Amino acid sequence: MTISQLSIFAENKPGTIYEITRTIADAGVDIRALSVADTQDFGILRLIVSDIEKARQALNEDNCVVSVTQVIGVAVPDKPGGLADVLKILKDAEINVEYVYAFITISGKNACVVLRVGDNEKAIKILNDAGVTLLSEDFIKQL
Amino acid sequence: MENYYQKEIETASQEQIREWQNERLVKTVHHVWENNEFYRKRMQEKGVTPEDIKSVDDLYKLPFTTKDDLREQYPYGLLSKPLDECVRIQSTSGTTGRRVVAFYTQHDIDLWDDCCARAIVAAGGTKDDVCHVSYGYGLFTGGPGLNGGSHKVGCLTLPMSSGNTERQIQFMTDLGSTILCCTPSYAAYLAESIIEKGLRDKIKLKAGIFGAEAWTEEMRQDIQDKLGIKAYDIYGLTEISGPGVSFECSEQTGMHINEDHFIAEIIDPNTGEVLPEGAKGELVFTSITKEAFPLLRYRTRDICILSRKPCSCGRTHVKMTKPLGRSDDMLIVKGVNVFPSQIEMVLLQKGLTSNYQIIVDREKTTDSIEVKVEMTPALFHDTMTTLEAKEQEITDALKSVLGIYAKISIVEPKSIVRSEGKAVRVIDKRNLYKNN
Repeated sequence: MTISQLSIFAENKPGTIYEITRTIADAGVDIRALSVADTQDFGILRLIVSDIEKARQALNEDNCVVSVTQVIGVAVPDKPGGLADVLKILKDAEINVEYVYAFITISGKNACVVLRVGDNEKAIKILNDAGVTLLSEDFIKQL
Repeated sequence: MENYYQKEIETASQEQIREWQNERLVKTVHHVWENNEFYRKRMQEKGVTPEDIKSVDDLYKLPFTTKDDLREQYPYGLLSKPLDECVRIQSTSGTTGRRVVAFYTQHDIDLWDDCCARAIVAAGGTKDDVCHVSYGYGLFTGGPGLNGGSHKVGCLTLPMSSGNTERQIQFMTDLGSTILCCTPSYAAYLAESIIEKGLRDKIKLKAGIFGAEAWTEEMRQDIQDKLGIKAYDIYGLTEISGPGVSFECSEQTGMHINEDHFIAEIIDPNTGEVLPEGAKGELVFTSITKEAFPLLRYRTRDICILSRKPCSCGRTHVKMTKPLGRSDDMLIVKGVNVFPSQIEMVLLQKGLTSNYQIIVDREKTTDSIEVKVEMTPALFHDTMTTLEAKEQEITDALKSVLGIYAKISIVEPKSIVRSEGKAVRVIDKRNLYKNN
């Protein structure tokens, strides 16, 4: 079980992130989680949104370069060591984590974590076996 | 007192120069007709035979030769002497698949050295001088040309080649270099380094001979002030021989073309029509003393003006302005010839679009080249490592084709300015031609 993430190319200049988030807002789409990776010249904006197709279409019309990546969402107990325990499972299975970012929902005792790993299939199996709760697309939509 | 390397030639009357040119042109045309199939065919296509060329007045009847011809005829197509009579090859700065090679007999080398010797003497050089040659040695003609000229004059020659600034300055101070030969940008860089090290009082330079790239009057003034020297311009092309096709004298108001070896014309780059003296147009050379690689009406793509106004130095050979621009899109960056088409080829090979922009700049004295290219869905990836690897791959490919480092900047789609639907391909912030 994976969730879809929007990755957007963003030049490193004033206003870029504003314009991207504005476009998404104008399309009536909610941003659930966000992370930015950047170099001196450009960045990659990664988003989990309420309606990925709508957001993608709006961004495409706005001349953004967008790709959709399948990432793993996990529910992590909101307590010290919650995330570390999940990452240990992946480490022990020698699965490389490309990037990770978290978001906290208003209700519930869990934090939600987005994982981008080298091998989705293998990671999902191992996390499932370890009893980690994986997030579904439906869960994201209902947030 | 003005010094000359070959006074009788350099100060000959216009009539005498014309007489040499007439006689040597006729000889050269016969030579290529008999020894070079390419030229014979070209002349036949134009319906010209050697008998039609009786003097310089008939020059316009001959076909032009272009850089594309030289590339297409690589390597031996324009050779007009048996290979066993050739002693040297030089090649233009540039790239894989687009190289141009030129051949020289010993006679050709001697005449080329003479041309460079004239430039060195015009810059005040004598056998008492220490001539510091910091042009690159190798296939590039800069080093070998000035080296040969320096020998002819009898200077103590330091074949430094380019790079290793520390060592350049050490030799300059320890061995008392008096004449510096290099690109103007390297001269400016050396000047700054010398001042930074507090060695300005330790150098004995009196003159510099700077060429192979465009430079402004401001840059000349800056180098002259910083090094306390007189800075002379020199012009040439590998295709024609190398540096020394023309050179500046003490008046510093243009470069005397060695007319006993090269006939210069100015043409309209669009129509090919020959323009009168004083008109601005494309410079065309016919070499009339070369054996191995004579060129008929070679289009340099440099835009110039010729002048026969008498010169205070006493030299009578026609003067050309510094190139005022190009009639093609070639850029000279760090002394290396760069064509936008080469960059475009790499970008397309790497799956990018042809929406790119080349920005050339000069920070202090060093040229830089940046290629802006628009991000495409095919290139984009959600991980930074993959994106950076792709960027590096393009950088490496450009380096191998251009021979110099170009910074790649990936920008948003449709962000490169287009005028009338077409992208502005090249922005040269150096303003090298602004005075002209």
